[in-house]
Amino acid sequence: GSGGFRKRKHDNFPHSQRREEKENVNPSSALMMSFKSFQLELDTRHDKYERLVKLSRDITIESKRTIFLLHRFISAPNGEEILNESEVKLDAVRRKIKQVAQELIGEDMYQFHRAISPGLQEYVEAVSFQYFIKTRSLISVEEINKQLIFTAEDREETTNTTSSSHDKQPHTCSLKVTPVDYLLGVADLTGELMRLCISSVGNGDIDTPFELSQFLRQIYDGFTFIGNTGPYEVSKKLYTLKQSLAKVENACYTLKVRGSEIPKHMLADVFSTKTELIDQEEGLS
Amino acid sequence: MSVSEMFIALQSVLTADQDIREEIRREVQALEQTAREMLTLLQGVHQGPGLQDVPKKCQKAREHFGTVRTQLESLKTKFPADQYYRFHEHWRFVLQRLVFLAAFVVYLESEALVTREAVAEILGIEADRERGFHLDIEDYLSGVLTLASELARLAVNSVTAGDYSRPLRISTFINELDSGFRLLNLKNDSLRKRYDGLKYDVKKIEEVVYDLSIRGLNKEATGGVGGEK
Repeated sequence: GSGGFRKRKHDNFPHSQRREEKENVNPSSALMMSFKSFQLELDTRHDKYERLVKLSRDITIESKRTIFLLHRFISAPNGEEILNESEVKLDAVRRKIKQVAQELIGEDMYQFHRAISPGLQEYVEAVSFQYFIKTRSLISVEEINKQLIFTAEDREETTNTTSSSHDKQPHTCSLKVTPVDYLLGVADLTGELMRLCISSVGNGDIDTPFELSQFLRQIYDGFTFIGNTGPYEVSKKLYTLKQSLAKVENACYTLKVRGSEIPKHMLADVFSTKTELIDQEEGLS
Repeated sequence: MSVSEMFIALQSVLTADQDIREEIRREVQALEQTAREMLTLLQGVHQGPGLQDVPKKCQKAREHFGTVRTQLESLKTKFPADQYYRFHEHWRFVLQRLVFLAAFVVYLESEALVTREAVAEILGIEADRERGFHLDIEDYLSGVLTLASELARLAVNSVTAGDYSRPLRISTFINELDSGFRLLNLKNDSLRKRYDGLKYDVKKIEEVVYDLSIRGLNKEATGGVGGEK
């Protein structure tokens, strides 16, 4: 695609008519031969990069959809169903990641890291969001990586055995989410948790906001502990994280203040009137 | 594992990472120093008398490459061998500069383009990724492009110094290089940007050759080399 476009652009260059008079360059000289091999090498590398970018985009899109699906979990009465559906979706994402891992067999992962990093971050966000909804805790980077070890299919295995000399692991391939990708994914997760908090207030759930504010505070403490040890992107996210935390804390504050205004003799009714109470809170975000 | 424990673990990973980068930076600084010294040495060829003792300058530069080899050797030990591209950015610039220097020396000696394998050998590293610390192809090509602009300058200065045959030989060489780069489908990255500068070098050298031709200066220099056009 893009290679062809570029080629055409080169042909339009005003050089083209001048080229003929310079044809004293021997096309089979040592220099030209080595540049032919460079062409092959660069094209192979760029093609792989493009394939990985495409996979990364697919991973991003599917992960985002999973997150949207999980946001519906709170309001829906059939929570189990949605969790199962999200699991199916994440499995599909993992199949894509497996393709990425296969592309990277025998390669230096960091050479292509920029191509796949956005997708991996989004995946971390999705998978940690699901994990939070299920267990109310933070998934560790080790646990994420554990799910990203794939066994090669038979078809791959046979091709691998023929070229096993430069394949270190012919039977499994794995992808490791780097600590930085993980951190960035978790920072994005806090944004989702903030949305979850606000929408659960809207749904009349007054326990979740408090749980969330506690959890977010832990994550925020963690990020401040890392501070500027990490790369620039991490410290950039810290600001957004602080805003998310402030929103959640304010929501909890409002809940507390308004909640305490309810007269003691009506406490028994709080649960029945909860929905009504929360309706007033909707504008608090 | 609690959230804070997780972050403590991550923090120690990041600190270890930073330490590695710190050490790499120190090594790279030493390399940059050597590269600067070599550049100063080789810049001598642009001055009139410098053109005469090119072999001596090349000889001296080759001695510097010995230092480069030990410095690169020590850089290799600072990070895990399979994480080359993780820290690539740190030495990318200096490696391109060293490729240029090696290519310049080889050009001055033999008037040929140094091969990627030969540069790797001069620098004491591998040409192939699978065998350890290697020379990335894009870095090699960038270094070669720097050579092209240096040669455009050399063509001008050798005319000033009264050497009328060199520009013609440089012209043949650059034309071949240009045809070589034309074969590549470059992405829109830094290498492409530098390649876009090659045409100005080609143009500059063509102008020099033109100036010499209309004055008949190319024929009196050498019959053989300038005879093509």
